[in-house]
Amino acid sequence: MNNYLPLSIISLGILAFATLMLVIAPGIEMARPEPPAGLRPYTAEEQRGRDVYVSMGCLYCHSQQPRAPEQAPDGERGWGRPSVSADYFYDSPHQLGTMRTGPDLLNVGARLPSESWHLTHLYQPRAIFDWSIMPAYPFLFEVKAKAEEGDVVVALPPGFAPAEGVVVASQEALDLTAYLLSLDRTYPAPEDGIRDDGYRPRGDAE
Amino acid sequence: MVTMGLLLALSFVVSLLALAFLIWAISNKQVAPDQHDARVIFEPGDEGHVDSGETATSRPYHFDTVRSGIDAVSTRPVAVLLIAATVWLVIGSVFGLVASLKLHWPDWLSDHAALTFGRVRTLHLNLVIYGWLSQVGIAAMIWVLPRIFHTPLRAPRLPLIGAALWNAAVLLGAIAIANGWTDGEEWLEIPWQLDLVLALAGVFFMVPLIKTTLARQVHHIYVTGWYFLAGILWFPCLFVIANLPYVHSGVEEATVNWWFAHNVLGLWLTPIGVGTAYYFIPKIIGKPVFSYAVSLIGFWGLALFYSQVGIHHLIGGPVPTWVATLSVVHSVMMFIPVIAVAINQHITVGQNLWALKESLPLRFIAFGALMYTMASFQGSIEALRSVNSVTHFTHYTVGHAHLGAYAFVTITMFGAVYHMLPRMTGRVFRWPALINAHFWLVVIGFAIYFFGLSIGGWLQGLAMLDGTRPFSESVILTKPYLEARSVGGALMTLGHLVFAFNVASILLPQRVPESVRTVPAE
Ligand code: HEC
Ligand code: HEM
Repeated sequence: MNNYLPLSIISLGILAFATLMLVIAPGIEMARPEPPAGLRPYTAEEQRGRDVYVSMGCLYCHSQQPRAPEQAPDGERGWGRPSVSADYFYDSPHQLGTMRTGPDLLNVGARLPSESWHLTHLYQPRAIFDWSIMPAYPFLFEVKAKAEEGDVVVALPPGFAPAEGVVVASQEALDLTAYLLSLDRTYPAPEDGIRDDGYRPRGDAE
Repeated sequence: MVTMGLLLALSFVVSLLALAFLIWAISNKQVAPDQHDARVIFEPGDEGHVDSGETATSRPYHFDTVRSGIDAVSTRPVAVLLIAATVWLVIGSVFGLVASLKLHWPDWLSDHAALTFGRVRTLHLNLVIYGWLSQVGIAAMIWVLPRIFHTPLRAPRLPLIGAALWNAAVLLGAIAIANGWTDGEEWLEIPWQLDLVLALAGVFFMVPLIKTTLARQVHHIYVTGWYFLAGILWFPCLFVIANLPYVHSGVEEATVNWWFAHNVLGLWLTPIGVGTAYYFIPKIIGKPVFSYAVSLIGFWGLALFYSQVGIHHLIGGPVPTWVATLSVVHSVMMFIPVIAVAINQHITVGQNLWALKESLPLRFIAFGALMYTMASFQGSIEALRSVNSVTHFTHYTVGHAHLGAYAFVTITMFGAVYHMLPRMTGRVFRWPALINAHFWLVVIGFAIYFFGLSIGGWLQGLAMLDGTRPFSESVILTKPYLEARSVGGALMTLGHLVFAFNVASILLPQRVPESVRTVPAE
């Protein structure tokens, strides 16, 4: 190899080919004009909450992509049906995730529908599970001497409540909780849903 | 569905055909890099002599005036990049250590959003990748390319501007991430507005390297040059496409994300590490690599197969089956280029084990090269669907990431830095024992890190796959392994402090008796 130009052109050509395969072709296949019936856009509050989720980096411990029963017992754990690409119609930036230091959250709103539970859990996960290694997010809350009109007070077991006053959720905490509660893809998967079916037993594929 | 299956087959067949064509071309001498070309790294008189001399006790290195003229031009930009890279290495490792501790002390430092796990971990990744590895890689390119082209670096001021821009962008990116301003995808967190600055800085690095290439005084481009020159074209393309704002969304964004993230490893960090090892191993030993023709297969195989493995990060996810399978197949095909590189590098070292005694830098580089083989073999196996089901969402993957980014690339670059600095400064390392201490700290620390997470991650994966065991088991059982990782990581971080000290001690003006100096670089 003695020439710079061919080296560059072939190298870039190979990268272009890879881009066609990994990005463009699947992108065309997955593109859909319509969201699936049953999926609604995020409300302004939920979208703000999603931004909090992104900026806190919940992604680095939580996936949002339940696996198929042939591969893993995600369904048994209550994490939901296997997700398909259309389920993410409104998601940007995507938060599919690669770690399950904590549970999958794509359907956490259906599994844990209590706002109060989430607020307690975000303020101090160990107030609920002593074994949890999820970070606490006390900076999303405020300690006040007395709750004011309209404040949402966080329920805390003894030992976790401040010595004096009450813990009140900030707007960010409320938004984040609204987002968590909106995570619900329990509607039936669209007929033409796309996902990796590579774990299906042979002969079962279409 | 059918057409997509066809695409899959097409991609595979094209890659195989290309490789077959290459093998045919080599064996028919159509493209014939022969052993003679492999000697282009030597100046007359170099070959057959070990290129050591980093310390006062080792033999003074053979120093040739032609080369010192070349090195003299590169020294300034290389020094600036190395200093900046070292600073980010130390800061980035401290953030890594804090992130690691937080995983088993979740209530430590939890009062500020900037110190929450999700941000500290992100700071760690971005600082070690963009602050440390990318810069030390560019430094190595600026050092090595003029040497193998036998001509001084062209436009040597541009990299200084590039370095200023690059470091400003990395610093601002870190501040942005700490304050919660992120693009929100792994490996792409730095806000795209700052990515523009990084891309611009990249131009200031590319232009001098390409100009130097075009002005080269030798006919042949040595294998290191293939990796480096392709890397500086691939990375900017990847970086710009993946960071385009408002273009990608939903799962398509996820495929772009992992196409990018894995190609940062495969088409940027790997060319840096492999290219560096390909130059320094034979250069230090004083003998050409074992089989130069094989190195062509290593390079083109890497380009063909590595570029298509990214979607193995989405196996079992909401992507078309065929594209996941495509990435699995190409991941396994990576055995071919990796074995090709292994033949060249390990046999060259293996036949000259004596040189490890002579040269401390070679110890780092030979170790790093060995870890490349390990990381790639592990990666190919990890991509198999059955194995991936266990490891995918666990700490096992983090262990693998460090086998590649740390044990392979980072440790190789340590060796390169130790080899370059004495030749840049005309001085020697006054405390060789500290280089040795650095080596053992990072190797032992890494071993604890890697085995801890690999065992812990595997058990975590098995626990998660067993529907009869509650999720909590998978968390509780990993805690001791996460603690072990913190111990290993602390040793590594300590090793980096020693490294920074070594770098500072040779760069800072020193009062040394004339007798321990070697020939000054002009
Ligand atoms: C260091 C890793 C880590 C980070 C970061 C993290 N979590 Fe968790 N998360 C866990 C673990 C471990 C559990 C399981 C134990 C528990 O419920 O506390 C969990 C559980 C949860 C649950 C309950 C899920 C269930 O099915 O029981 C929710 C909801 C949750 N996390 C939300 C979040 C949000 C929102 C963020 C970001 C603000 C976040 N997590 C960040 C580790 C993490
Ligand atoms: C310069 C050397 C290093 C490099 C290049 C490096 C690289 C990386 C990479 C690529 C990741 C992402 C892994 C993934 O997403 O799978 C990562 C994560 C991480 N690294 Fe490092 N690392 C280095 C040193 C360290 C050190 C010294 C520590 C100290 C303990 C450390 C601790 C961590 C932690 C805790 C994570 C996050 C893992 C998680 O999300 O669970 N790293 N690093």
